[in-house]
Amino acid sequence: MSSITEVLPRTRAGVMVDPGPRGRFGDHGGRYVPEPLVAACDEVAAAFAEAWADAGFRRSLANLLALHVGRPTPLTPAWRLSAELGIDLLLKREDLAHTGSHKINNVLGQALLATRMGRTRLIAETGAGMHGVATATAAALLGLEATVFMGERDMERQAPNVFRMRVLGAEVVPVRSGSRTLKDATSQAMRHWVGVVDEAYYCVGSVIGPHPYPYMVREFQRVIGDEARGQCAAELPTGVPDYVVACVGGGSNAAGTFAGFVGTPARLIGVEAAGGAGAASGRAGVLHGFRSSFLQDGDGQITEAHSIAAGLDYPGVGPEHAHLRDLGRARYVTVEDSEVVEAAVRLARTEGIVPALESAHAVAWVIRAAASGELPPGASVLLTLSGRGDKDISTLMELL
Amino acid sequence: MIEARFRAAGRKLLMPYLTGGLTDGWVEYLRAFVEAGADAIEVGLPFSDPTLDGPTIQEASDAALARGTTVRSVLADLNGLDLGVPLVASTYYNLVAHDGPERFCAALRDAGFAGLIVPDLPLDEAGELITAAGAAGIELALLASVVTPAPRLALIAERSRGFVYAVSLMGTTGERHEVDAASAALVERLKAELAKSGTARPVLHGFGITTPEHAARASRAADGVIVGAALVRRVLDGAGPEEVGGYLATMRRAIDQGA
Repeated sequence: MSSITEVLPRTRAGVMVDPGPRGRFGDHGGRYVPEPLVAACDEVAAAFAEAWADAGFRRSLANLLALHVGRPTPLTPAWRLSAELGIDLLLKREDLAHTGSHKINNVLGQALLATRMGRTRLIAETGAGMHGVATATAAALLGLEATVFMGERDMERQAPNVFRMRVLGAEVVPVRSGSRTLKDATSQAMRHWVGVVDEAYYCVGSVIGPHPYPYMVREFQRVIGDEARGQCAAELPTGVPDYVVACVGGGSNAAGTFAGFVGTPARLIGVEAAGGAGAASGRAGVLHGFRSSFLQDGDGQITEAHSIAAGLDYPGVGPEHAHLRDLGRARYVTVEDSEVVEAAVRLARTEGIVPALESAHAVAWVIRAAASGELPPGASVLLTLSGRGDKDISTLMELL
Repeated sequence: MIEARFRAAGRKLLMPYLTGGLTDGWVEYLRAFVEAGADAIEVGLPFSDPTLDGPTIQEASDAALARGTTVRSVLADLNGLDLGVPLVASTYYNLVAHDGPERFCAALRDAGFAGLIVPDLPLDEAGELITAAGAAGIELALLASVVTPAPRLALIAERSRGFVYAVSLMGTTGERHEVDAASAALVERLKAELAKSGTARPVLHGFGITTPEHAARASRAADGVIVGAALVRRVLDGAGPEEVGGYLATMRRAIDQGA
């Protein structure tokens, strides 16, 4: 593995911009969908392009994000943990967003778009259940129906989120195929979408899927990075953190965060689960409508990801992350489940914040890198705390 | 080659599907298909995440993979076999990309395949594979759907090789109670586009063909039908080659009588 100092940040024009009509991020992205879905993807792309250029749409979304979600989320200095680690750690508090994670930023954008397109129902896949809860929430808020596909194994691990979705009026459909986790829930959502394109809108939960989804979801999540950029400018003497760190499953909170800093000298670090490291240990492939980096065996079969965090149990990574990796503009690292649990508890006991196990991956890397000297003493670090840990309390209790 | 063979058949076409490596001795099912009057056979190369397939083909893919089936093992099982009808491979693009389109198509050709279907590769992404397949002498058949707009349908008709695969319904593969009414209109549109480009490439109706009556009805407008889940369901339920072939033969008769 190369040391961090060898990966010099490169600021270049044309990174994290509109990927063009074919949705290409370097070698990655594209639209690998069956012919019956091509027209539906075209329709979403056209509607998004038109809406995103419309000040009225942006105003409506900004209003919802302020009034319903509580944006902007704070930037919290982690005083005690910073002192212990000898660095300057700032937390972007997406755990304080309504519904408990960053997922709501994207979902409100897409739900508004669905309404604009005349659709009456949202379809979604979910892993940990946070995207499902956000989808159920947005559907309730805008008077839409919601159908959420969730792997049976994840429904057991994340039962409280299943209840939340049902209380909000969503239908939760158990997925019993394959690994019974996020990968299979995504496949099942796509299968369902083919049959209902006229009536339902597929609300993808991460920066994955066929064009325009990876681009659109990044744009809806860039509010994280844009806010953090401004907050860092006020908080830090240098104006820009030395490091920007976020966890990566499909990679939506990282994409939104990185979008705010890709044009600065900050080093961008995406932290994956060791058992689900699509960017760090995947190979080029095509799944769920896009070309990117996926875990697969020697025969080209997609393998199952394994992580203590259900939201990171995805065998691939968003195409733009694969591109940022290829460019050397972002670096993707992995942490083990055991480090994640320790990090979650340490953040809880130093800062009074119980993070989602997904977000705790980013914390775990920072703790490890500060201890090893990979993060130099005094380095300023912006970490996106993508969600809160309520959903993981029973998992943590079993391990403590 | 497929197109010429189809034209020489002089009848409505019947292309049964089987997931390669589904059982021990799976090739015996292919022989039974030929016996029952198949004009070509589609062999699925099982993939871990078949996103355009319904429960039956999903189950078959999982079962084949659990037996240790790989692209290589399917090709090896077919090696040296001459069934007397063209073989058409079908799989998802990850397995093509894994070897690279050139190597993948060359391996298909060496194993005796004449054609290829890749359901998750729409026209816009197919350029590289169209070139590689052409160079290897493999005919890449493209999919058309009931919602494909006219100018795009013309391009699909023009660039498809062997035949055009008319996806007759908005949904996944699997058994259905009836033939979707929109499918005949799609077939007519495709035939009009093919006529404009001066070719007589056959249009095959796929998805949802479950009963002999469906097969007969669909092949009135189309040049033939592709039958998958209805056969695979029987194999998964334990039916042997003779029984599954017998069912296919009832479809053959219904098509020949109904057309």
